[in-house]
Amino acid sequence: MAFDSFSAFIAMEGHGPYVWVCYAVFAVLLAGLMIWSVKRNQSALEDCQRRHDTESRASAKATGKAAASFTRVEIPQD
Amino acid sequence: MWQWFHKLGSPKWFFGIATRFMPWLLAGGLLLLAAGLVWGLAFAPKDYLQGNSYRIIFIHVPSAFLAQSIYISMAVAAVVTLVWRMKLADVFVKAIAPVGLIFTFLSLFTGAVWGKPTWGTWWVWDARLTSMLILLFLYGGVIALDRAINDEKSAARAVAVLVLVGVVNIPIIKYSVDWWNTLHQPATFKLTEKPSMPMEMWVPLLLSVLGLYLLFGWLACIRMKTEILIREQRTRWVKDMVLAGRK
Repeated sequence: MAFDSFSAFIAMEGHGPYVWVCYAVFAVLLAGLMIWSVKRNQSALEDCQRRHDTESRASAKATGKAAASFTRVEIPQD
Repeated sequence: MWQWFHKLGSPKWFFGIATRFMPWLLAGGLLLLAAGLVWGLAFAPKDYLQGNSYRIIFIHVPSAFLAQSIYISMAVAAVVTLVWRMKLADVFVKAIAPVGLIFTFLSLFTGAVWGKPTWGTWWVWDARLTSMLILLFLYGGVIALDRAINDEKSAARAVAVLVLVGVVNIPIIKYSVDWWNTLHQPATFKLTEKPSMPMEMWVPLLLSVLGLYLLFGWLACIRMKTEILIREQRTRWVKDMVLAGRK
């Protein structure tokens, strides 16, 4: 340990404010960057899931309709 | 060799690899960084000239290292984008530019706060500090340019060109302390020479540098995965994966 007491560790012989401000900003920005990246990834994943859900629901509806209606047949005109 | 290169370009393959490596990168990065910072803050001896303010070095130097390494890796990816049109390279540039911006800001900020008790001033317009400020603007420019162009392919090409033009700044940053008279002290780390600082300071610094590199790896992986998800959401493999994750 380079310091005699905890208060000496905090004060750092007058350099405490400079050192601690740097470490605080570093910690906040790094943690913020990491949390933001995780949240962005989660919301991208949820978007994919939602898109897939609506698509599968839409296609289920479409096939249901098709079964109840007449099938359209293309007849060559010549 | 070429098969490996093509595999690397496949977003699906990368997604799997990144998922496998990420827990290790995160755990290793946090562990090394915490060890380096606690050691540096509480246990390393104080500097005979600068006193305790020098303890800022344990975050200043890793941030500055990352700021420059990220730009260099972006430049490599930019070449790959322009020459081989590899999608993953563009994904990489887009995903890590904000990370580079944050680390450049951190190195400038911690440098300014360190400068006050050491040089008696927050800021001087000397070569090292100014070229780092230009690096900050370059990152900002890359992010802004990418957002300004809607078409994915033209955005990728424009961003790659901007990154490559800006790469001229990197040697200026590196050699600025040797070429010009500056308040900034010369490089702490040199690969070719023995460290100029005692081991009790050098080892914690090495630990925090390595830790931050690993954390950057983790950040790059998760941010690239997000970008891939956004771009490839219509593809079959993303659909299959989303379905598999749900069950």
